[in-house]
Amino acid sequence: MIGDFSFMENFINIVDLKFSYEEADSGRGINILDGVNLEIKKGEFLTILGHNGSGKSTLAKHLNAMISPTDGDVFVRGINTKDSSRIYDIRSSVGLVFQNPDNQIVASIVEDDVAFGPENLGIAPEEIRARVDGALRAVDMYDYRQEATYNLSGGQKQRVAIAGIIAMKPSCLVLDEPTAMLDPIGRDEVMRVIKKLNKECGITIVLITHYMDETTGSDRIVVMSKGKIVRVGVPRDIFSDIDFLKKCQLSIPQSVELVQKLQAHGVNVPSFALNEDECIDILTQYFSVNAVKR
Amino acid sequence: MAQIEVKDLTYVYSAGAGEPRCALNRINLSIEKGEFIGLVGHTGSGKSTFAKQLNALLKPTSGNVLWDGVDIWQNSRSNPEFAREVRFKVGLVFQYPEYQLFEDTVYNDIAFGPKNMGLSDSDVKEKVLAACNFVNLDLNLLQKSPFDLSGGEKRKVAIAGVLSMDPEVLVLDEPTVGLDPCSREALLEQLYQYHKEKDKTIVLISHRMEDIAKYSDRVIVLSDGNLVMFDSARHVFGCDKILNDVGLKAPQICSIMAKLKAGAIPSLNDKVLTVDDAVTELLKFV
Repeated sequence: MIGDFSFMENFINIVDLKFSYEEADSGRGINILDGVNLEIKKGEFLTILGHNGSGKSTLAKHLNAMISPTDGDVFVRGINTKDSSRIYDIRSSVGLVFQNPDNQIVASIVEDDVAFGPENLGIAPEEIRARVDGALRAVDMYDYRQEATYNLSGGQKQRVAIAGIIAMKPSCLVLDEPTAMLDPIGRDEVMRVIKKLNKECGITIVLITHYMDETTGSDRIVVMSKGKIVRVGVPRDIFSDIDFLKKCQLSIPQSVELVQKLQAHGVNVPSFALNEDECIDILTQYFSVNAVKR
Repeated sequence: MAQIEVKDLTYVYSAGAGEPRCALNRINLSIEKGEFIGLVGHTGSGKSTFAKQLNALLKPTSGNVLWDGVDIWQNSRSNPEFAREVRFKVGLVFQYPEYQLFEDTVYNDIAFGPKNMGLSDSDVKEKVLAACNFVNLDLNLLQKSPFDLSGGEKRKVAIAGVLSMDPEVLVLDEPTVGLDPCSREALLEQLYQYHKEKDKTIVLISHRMEDIAKYSDRVIVLSDGNLVMFDSARHVFGCDKILNDVGLKAPQICSIMAKLKAGAIPSLNDKVLTVDDAVTELLKFV
């Protein structure tokens, strides 16, 4: 089953997007994006997977007009990102979060950092106060609002960086490997916040990650390879196709790997387990009925 | 005798000035030649500071670091060259090592270490080629500028630049951050081969518990500068509660197996490190 999202409004439209640059010494054209077509629905949780150099980050930077297409178009709420007079409208709709939290924190106190964006938008002070408090609550960092940013853990810093974007009230968050530098608990904190912003606040999420277990909760997964989209589907379909995953140099979550390997040994279990809990349920059910008592 | 021994090692940042911060607190441990050691801990637990102590980049505030039984810093008083020698013996690959590339060609960048060791041109070349071979770097890239390479290739060049000094101990600080699953697996496999073939000690710092579980003989767990555990991977990843208390988590497969043992299969051996181990154990009940 491919998720039916036709009822959702298109938030971003990407049409025949190409991006290339000339290599410095040879003058040869290098295609980073080679004809990408994609519609991102309002309120959707979309994950982008792909090998290094597949064009994921370049695609992400097109979504808020940080870079402009060599050919083709990107429309954000119907606005073409090439329209430089509308660039502020686009950037206030789509916020970008990067890998390294240290590169995204600008102030020494948590709430000052979160206020930086809205201050630059020229918003009234009372409104800024309300937005900063709201954003810090949304990422579960309100109690730390007076802390020095350098005293925070990696996961806390990354959540402050996300709050700084949320305070500008974007309708879409694009996160480029936001958990790559975090320890396991920091990763969990950030992923919980991302899911909450999507489910409770209706913010559209575009997540780029190499952690396969972070992808299983998303509505759709887009797989990129060599500048092209090679597949779009729900997690269950993507992770059931082992040959395809190998071809695209991707791995699978351990929960999925376990049920698939058991199946290959003739154990009659489903070939997909969305997460740890589903995997345990499947195996508990199987072994309660079939286990050889020892 | 242990290859590296750390005794009561304490390191305090900005001791005597400003707000002192204890990054390492009375650490005692020893590492044997040829071990594959995993080093884990939450962000800010002291992993990188510990790594820098091992190759004499930082000097202990108190306590000792011994190389083959010889105290690095006490010996350096009579023999100022000793700390320098230790730096050649213990190769350190920093986080994001690709940011440290600086030479005009890939070859010169990898050759920088061995040249500084005073080797002849032909020996340097041999070391460079051997290092490229270990990280599986395309030799056609050697005459290119390192800045024209992709991120993954740059990472390989940076690691080759440390391997080319043929260190006895290789310490790697988060070497796979930002790499896709295949590149990550390939890099770790190459390091493991290097470790096996040449009997070299490896200290791998990572937040990816699956990788630590798969490759490490023993695992060091740090938290707030304290040594929490130093034991076999099987033991460490069986201590769910301790790991959670210090901001870590056992690999997903360990927790799946623990929950199955607690539920449907009480006699299951849940002390596994990889999915393949888990399959073997589960098949015993089919």
